[in-house]
Amino acid sequence: MLRVLLQVIRRDLLLAVRQKADVLNTLFFFVVVVTMVPLGIGPEPNLLRAIAPGVVWVAALLAAILSLARLFANDYADGTLEQMLLSSEPLPLIVLGKAVAHWLVTGLPLTVMSIVFGVVFDLGLQETGVLVASLLLGTPVLSLIGAVGAALTLGLRGGGVLTSLLVLPLYIPVLIFGSGAVGAAASGVSYAAYLLLLGAFLLFASVLTPWAVALALRISVE
Amino acid sequence: MLEVVDLTCERGERSLFSGLNFAAPSGTLLRIAGPNGTGKTSLLRILCGLLEPVSGEVRWHGKNVRRLREDYWKDLVYVGHMNGVKDDLTVRENLRVNAEVAGRPASPDRLADALDRVGLTGFEDRMARFLSQGQRRRIALARLYVSETAPLWILDEPFTALDVKGVAGLSALIGQHVRNGNTVALVTHQEVPIDAPRRQRVEFAGGASGATSSIEEEATC
Repeated sequence: MLRVLLQVIRRDLLLAVRQKADVLNTLFFFVVVVTMVPLGIGPEPNLLRAIAPGVVWVAALLAAILSLARLFANDYADGTLEQMLLSSEPLPLIVLGKAVAHWLVTGLPLTVMSIVFGVVFDLGLQETGVLVASLLLGTPVLSLIGAVGAALTLGLRGGGVLTSLLVLPLYIPVLIFGSGAVGAAASGVSYAAYLLLLGAFLLFASVLTPWAVALALRISVE
Repeated sequence: MLEVVDLTCERGERSLFSGLNFAAPSGTLLRIAGPNGTGKTSLLRILCGLLEPVSGEVRWHGKNVRRLREDYWKDLVYVGHMNGVKDDLTVRENLRVNAEVAGRPASPDRLADALDRVGLTGFEDRMARFLSQGQRRRIALARLYVSETAPLWILDEPFTALDVKGVAGLSALIGQHVRNGNTVALVTHQEVPIDAPRRQRVEFAGGASGATSSIEEEATC
């Protein structure tokens, strides 16, 4: 059973390596949004320091939404999704593999990139650490919840807009607690509660969303 | 034993067929024929459990396939309209990944043998995007050689895009599979002769909406 999970992750990573443009697109978008903000609002160090976590988190969220469209669309178009639905292995596990692979090529690079932004926005060592930790816990949730939205709107015309509408309300708590953690660390309050809540979201999402995605895919493919 | 009981199918508010009944015991070649748009592919998708019928059910060894799910799919190989071939994977990777995802891991030797038998030797490390339509079809069909033990094959126009030799090889394979006591359901427009001990035919009349199908059992040959 674990074998199919690893094989799906491996497959999607291999495909991501072969279609580098898709992956770089998301990362490029993230970098551009975050670097444009200081140019737009002026070089005021204290202000930039205060808005940095929010900017990084919003950009990560938008980048995640941008990348959702191709999560199942290609597999749907070439018929490989159909074959996944007819697998004798549990579909939620296959779906989980796809979400993990999606995170490895979007969420993880964004998280690594945010270390650089911590320095650029002159965040302290601790705040940067908390930012990275919050992204590390939060971005997998974005991939998992996003997969539900992508599966529900699969094969619909204008599905992209609908995915955003479905997924954004569920992304908001992650955004609030993610950037809140960094804010708390900056003002010297305990940030543990924020990270613990993000961890709880992650556990909750990784247990429940694969089932929801599996169900949604079966409906979409009909 | 594949059974269809009182099956009704509608697509986009148009009734394709209703009250369809037939039973195909193990070792049957089930050929589904009829004009375009009469519901042949829909029937295959219902047989696979991909599509939910409006009413009625499909039974595999007496149990509803919508309830058997993974236990049914373990026995089933489906080659649909779409090849299920990834452009950015090589021929070998495509076959390997497909076998893994389907839950039928195969050894490298077995994969090489399957590719050899569909005539893709020498193309193993080529990206699928550089192959012709017929060669991509062969990648999809190579799955049949990997899963020769699966008791039920459902094939949607397996002969399209294949050359003469490919058609002959495939019909021999299908015949062999049926003679080994397995069931093969297929849709095809070409009257390809397949040597099978028990043949059954579902004929879609077409024309007016709601057309029903007639079944005529062919004599054993």
